[in-house]
Amino acid sequence: MLSIKDLAVSFRTRRGTVDAVKGISLEVASGETLGIVGESGSGKSVTSYALMRILDAGGTIKAGEVTYGGVDLRRASEREMGDIRGREISMIFQNPRAALNPIRKVGHQIADVLRRHSRATAGDAKAKVVEAMEAVMIRDAEARYHAYPFELSGGMCQRIVCAIALACDPRLLIADEPTTGLDITTQKAVMDLVTSLIRARNMSAIVITHDLGLAAQYCDRIAVMKDGQIVETGRSVDVFTAPTHDYTRRLVDATPREGASIRSLLPAEARTPEPPHKRSTRPLLEVRDLVKTFAGKSGPVHAVKGVSFTVNEGQTVGLVGESGCGKSTTSSMIVRLLDPTSGEIRFAGEDLAKIPLQKFARDPRRAQIQMVFQDATDSLNPRHTARASIEEPLKRLTNGNGAARRARVEELAELTGLPGHLLDRFPHQLSGGQKARVGIARAIAVNPRLLILDEPTAALDVSIQAVVLNLLADLRARLGMSYLFVSHDLHVVRLLCDHVVVMRGGEIVEQGAAADVMGAPSHDYTRSLLEAAPNPPSRKTAA
Amino acid sequence: MTRARPILMRIAQVIPVVVGVVIISFILTRALPGDPAAYFAGDAADEASIAEVRAKLGLDEPLPIQFLYYVGDLLRGDLGQSLTTGQSVAADLAQRLPASLELTLCALILSCGFAIPLGVLAATRPGSWVDHLCRVLVTAGVSMPTFFTGVVLVYVFYYLAGIAPSPLGRLDFIYLEPERVTGFFLIDSLLAGDFETFFAACRQLILPALTLALFTLAPIARMTRAAMLQSLSSDFIRTARAAGLRRRKVLFGYAFRNAMLPVVTTLGMVFSFTLGANVLVEKVFAWPGIGSYAVEALVASDYAAVQGFVLAMALLFVVLNLVIDLTYTAIDPRIGFGSR
Repeated sequence: MLSIKDLAVSFRTRRGTVDAVKGISLEVASGETLGIVGESGSGKSVTSYALMRILDAGGTIKAGEVTYGGVDLRRASEREMGDIRGREISMIFQNPRAALNPIRKVGHQIADVLRRHSRATAGDAKAKVVEAMEAVMIRDAEARYHAYPFELSGGMCQRIVCAIALACDPRLLIADEPTTGLDITTQKAVMDLVTSLIRARNMSAIVITHDLGLAAQYCDRIAVMKDGQIVETGRSVDVFTAPTHDYTRRLVDATPREGASIRSLLPAEARTPEPPHKRSTRPLLEVRDLVKTFAGKSGPVHAVKGVSFTVNEGQTVGLVGESGCGKSTTSSMIVRLLDPTSGEIRFAGEDLAKIPLQKFARDPRRAQIQMVFQDATDSLNPRHTARASIEEPLKRLTNGNGAARRARVEELAELTGLPGHLLDRFPHQLSGGQKARVGIARAIAVNPRLLILDEPTAALDVSIQAVVLNLLADLRARLGMSYLFVSHDLHVVRLLCDHVVVMRGGEIVEQGAAADVMGAPSHDYTRSLLEAAPNPPSRKTAA
Repeated sequence: MTRARPILMRIAQVIPVVVGVVIISFILTRALPGDPAAYFAGDAADEASIAEVRAKLGLDEPLPIQFLYYVGDLLRGDLGQSLTTGQSVAADLAQRLPASLELTLCALILSCGFAIPLGVLAATRPGSWVDHLCRVLVTAGVSMPTFFTGVVLVYVFYYLAGIAPSPLGRLDFIYLEPERVTGFFLIDSLLAGDFETFFAACRQLILPALTLALFTLAPIARMTRAAMLQSLSSDFIRTARAAGLRRRKVLFGYAFRNAMLPVVTTLGMVFSFTLGANVLVEKVFAWPGIGSYAVEALVASDYAAVQGFVLAMALLFVVLNLVIDLTYTAIDPRIGFGSR
């Protein structure tokens, strides 16, 4: 139905032309779902924009053929393309809230598509829109017709994006990272919805994703892309269980999954035995009945409703939950960026909650609790070099002289595996993994006893995530730190944590040893989280 | 209506601002050098008669009492007497403010009518000749001082071509001023059904308005271009394109409406500085506006007039900001004033 032959796409940039896609060939049969997987920058999204001819300014198709149902998409006029987009081929995007016009009612946005392709007239548009909304399982569609995107949840926005894409019964649906930015249970609901609609309407689909688990679960065939080229294609079962290409093998290995150990994520040649970390039963951090209530527009918002847990010395505790469950608020209170409404934060026996947060910055115990932030890029000052960023806490919290600080920075770079010559670079000159290392080096600069890790790998590609997770495992063994690991990714938590705390709606629903909670969850919510997480098939290692 | 409440709230927020403006304009005038009593008493007055005048004017009272008098006068609509024109300041302002507003508004409408399409065009074809033309044009417009552009326009269109009327005020002397309703000659003449006067007023207006428009082209065109570029690179534009929406719809229905917010902000700023800065244009075209009035009053130490001018301008800006904020709510449903 769709055939791509030797497609090459390049972008004009200030530093010359960049070849994003270097001659790829793909076929999608009628009724088939093809997955394109790859890490960021592999050209998987660009491929789909090229075939829709919606490349950003500066992007051009240099060579190749794209044929859809006998029509040469590369040579079709702009008018013909306009008729094809949305009616024959349509797309759903990542980050659904941004993918919708923020100042137009969602109902009108769906109506725009219907009317463009003459599926509705001014008179019956509303009824047709409500119909399209009901098709994507939006309850109470009449009322939602008048909503703006900011009034809807992320999952609901993605349903609207689906409704726009599916309103005119296209034959081919391209889903570009359809679940990125959504919670794990919402992710499952959206994917289940999309696949059931694809099946019911006998459509073809291309699912573009970095998530191997997702691709394995929902696609018939897989194409693996790397640096603008396809390295491997095959039935999804085969590609993941018996990958033939080296890169695919590394990718499959690096994906956290059930039964994997933290070292097995690394390429085979880098697997050294994992150093054991000492755990004692002496509590380092004890959180008791911690409550945080914000004053909201319409009454108080109970973000955290009395949580209690303990982090022992040397222990790694995972704090798991979906967005809005209060896990970030909890970690912010512990690191004393927020004042709790009530409750105790006992750190090494002393209650930190009693110290107002303005004074805590000058408290000697400030150095003992440090934090690694979620987005390595946003949490580094763009005008500071890596060296300056790492040195900052040393300047403020220790009283060594310049030479001692310099030596310490070098030592930290060594410790976190950051090559010394990168220390004088600015964040935009570093890769994602290198920035993550800078963030970790900065946090451990002052020898903290407790490190709070707020989704430290959420923005990283799987292969880099594997390296960072292993770095964290090495560091805790060498330095004897305790970790509070905040994450939504259960597979990652399973790899690194000794103890797991599951939160929902500001409360703890379940906690216990990681193996117990993951292996035999006692609470329904934990079970639904575990079920929703797509589980990538593991590679047969026997071969 | 759920959206009426935040709008009412926003209007209520104007009240403290107005109170502040009244206090500051009062204190500012007191802080100016010079003694109005000595001025009123005349050159030949001695100490005793100055003191007498001071008592008569109420200037011997303590400041808070004077302030109460001032507020009392204000409430009655009395802004004092102008020394230079011999009329009440309120009457002068009522005469001259519409002249300035008419000029500024026409200039802005002219400027927007040209700058916004130009900005949109430049944004849709970045790096093309339209983009470069836009850049050259707006840079030229903003680089030339308004009095120079004004004089050049008068030279070309009045002296050389002879198609423009003599640059002497709002209306040629052979026409009678239209019956006063709004003070805007264009509107008043239309209301009176007097098209001849309307066209005469138009002809007088066109050159000064063009001069100001050229000067205000740059910020509006640049901001439109930048906002459109940003808007066009948003994710939702990609969604709209992927859904096959027509180019016009994507450009105007989706991108342009989202680009409106920064443009409206810029418009407000441009309006403020044009209204304050068009004194040079008023001088060149002998336009009886509020800018030249204020400068003349200041030179002549006519404090009541200056005070009235400051107050009028401040209130105008308060109203302007209110209008801009209300425009925001009309454009962007996400803005609710209640959240602040």
